[in-house]
Amino acid sequence: MSAAQPVIQPKMPKSWYKSNKPHLFCPGCGHGMVLKALGEAIDELGIQSKAVFGCDIGCSLLAWNFLDVDSTQTHHGRTTPVMVGIKRSRPELITIAYMGDGGGYAIGSQHTVNAAIRNEKITVILVNNTNYGMTGGQMAPTTLPGQITETTPFGRDPEETGYPTRGPEMVAAIASEGAYVARGTVANFRQLKGFIKKALENQIAGRGFSFVEALSVCPTNWRTNARDTWAFLEDKMTQYFPVGEFKVPQVKEE
Amino acid sequence: MASVIEGEKKVFMTGNEVAAWAALAAGADIMFGYPITPQNEVMHYWTRLAPRYGRKFLQTEDEISAGFTTCGGLQAGCKAFTATAGPGNVLMQEPYGMAEAMRLPLLAIIQQRGGPSSGTVVYSQQEVTLTTYGGNGEGHRIVYSTASHQEIYDYVIKGFNVAWKYRFPTFVMGDGYQAKMRESMVMYDPAARGIELVPANPIIGLSGEIGVDRECVHLCNIYSLEEELYEVLQKMEADYQKMTPEVVEYDARFCEDAEIIVVSHGVVSRAGQDAVKILRAQGFPAGYFRPITLRPFPQEALRKAVENCKKVLVVESALNQLQRLVKENLYDVALEVDALAKPAVGIIADEIVARYKEFRK
Repeated sequence: MSAAQPVIQPKMPKSWYKSNKPHLFCPGCGHGMVLKALGEAIDELGIQSKAVFGCDIGCSLLAWNFLDVDSTQTHHGRTTPVMVGIKRSRPELITIAYMGDGGGYAIGSQHTVNAAIRNEKITVILVNNTNYGMTGGQMAPTTLPGQITETTPFGRDPEETGYPTRGPEMVAAIASEGAYVARGTVANFRQLKGFIKKALENQIAGRGFSFVEALSVCPTNWRTNARDTWAFLEDKMTQYFPVGEFKVPQVKEE
Repeated sequence: MASVIEGEKKVFMTGNEVAAWAALAAGADIMFGYPITPQNEVMHYWTRLAPRYGRKFLQTEDEISAGFTTCGGLQAGCKAFTATAGPGNVLMQEPYGMAEAMRLPLLAIIQQRGGPSSGTVVYSQQEVTLTTYGGNGEGHRIVYSTASHQEIYDYVIKGFNVAWKYRFPTFVMGDGYQAKMRESMVMYDPAARGIELVPANPIIGLSGEIGVDRECVHLCNIYSLEEELYEVLQKMEADYQKMTPEVVEYDARFCEDAEIIVVSHGVVSRAGQDAVKILRAQGFPAGYFRPITLRPFPQEALRKAVENCKKVLVVESALNQLQRLVKENLYDVALEVDALAKPAVGIIADEIVARYKEFRK
């Protein structure tokens, strides 16, 4: 490269922690995109210094020093109660619970359900990649019927293991007025960022529980190339997991 | 902060009510809890008293959540606490592990009930092993075993201070009898007795703008390399050992010339003390030793107490839990150890006297 040519720096959100970049997620992983949407939303809302980010165990644990935001690492499935404890103790903080589908829909499902029912004023961002990535690709609550994982080597059989969890639909059904619930996808970055921003705004306004599921990709454990990865996300996952808003608070016009 | 108790106040209360008042007097900000007998009334009194003093409460979906919300509150810099028993104490081992690993000043009031499993809702001393060494770690915890309502009050106040000073999870462990019985005791304003409350401070959600006034905080709780965790644990153990002489507590009486020393803890130690007095009056040279901290264990004091005696009689409402701690701490001391071990039931002085006489034959 000649000295005259300017070096093009990747555009990172201000609220990204620069010293741990490039990050540790697998090549092609969707977490980076979800965290970019979150980072930009934090920047635009100007909440970098009053946000508290909590990450679960699973691939999401790698986000523990991803953001230039006060962050804590919890246990598998326990990020929601830790964030509830912080929010209840210090309501002025903006608490963000970051987890995978196993953490939010399996081992920590009681916390998701009860935080939603109590309308806890926290924001949950749940990344759905249809499997347990960190532990090597086992069946998750969100694994699609017929999908091959390490614990469903012949494909997920709904007769034996039920159908995939539809999280936002469940949360929207049980959360009361004031909750915000949406499902975005890393295939539509602008929309996903909009959902995350609205979820944070909902917490800032103190209206209620806010929950965003992000459809994501796991080429490492899916054993897919770029084309097949994207096809699985856009064609297969969205058939079962519709993208959109499921619950939006009625906001009175001033 | 306005005093919860003005000066001193003599009362006749249940142990659970005492615990709630003590947490208020200790400056606790928020309680997270889940119903389980015999600790329920800690929550019942807290929910009635707390609003008067601007304190908070949340009833969670289970004990796992109660423990983790407590961990969150502590990280945010509030004096958060919880209370539980039996199977709830089992579920809380997971959040206690987080508190150990992240050095969170968690305070939990444990009112022991019968076990294993759901056991009884009444009484036992079977949560000694669980409370001292539960979890997938090294038991870096402080465990006080109280014997009276006065002690519940004293050690809840002390427990908050010790937890926030040394940053190890701290347990005030009673039992169903202490929880549910009424007893006379004196509540007091800690300041009036010269007890300074250790201030709480946040480790996350700090003030100041990131990148201008301060750096962000990244709290790590899972390590990539064995050596990283090894280093953390080495420091934790060194801190724990350094702290031990400062927090360890016991009560030893009549040990200098004793032939047999009765070792007991918690409410059973009251029977132990009565038995030793009866035996002394009858001319038997009995000694009395009670560990008040079960973790760290008063090893030096116990080894000194048994210097001149031949036998130790361990008395507990459990099969082999205090006994295991005693044996571990008396390892390589030539002594005969016997036990009066009655899991799930209470023990009175007469039984100890009878066992003592059998043992000395």
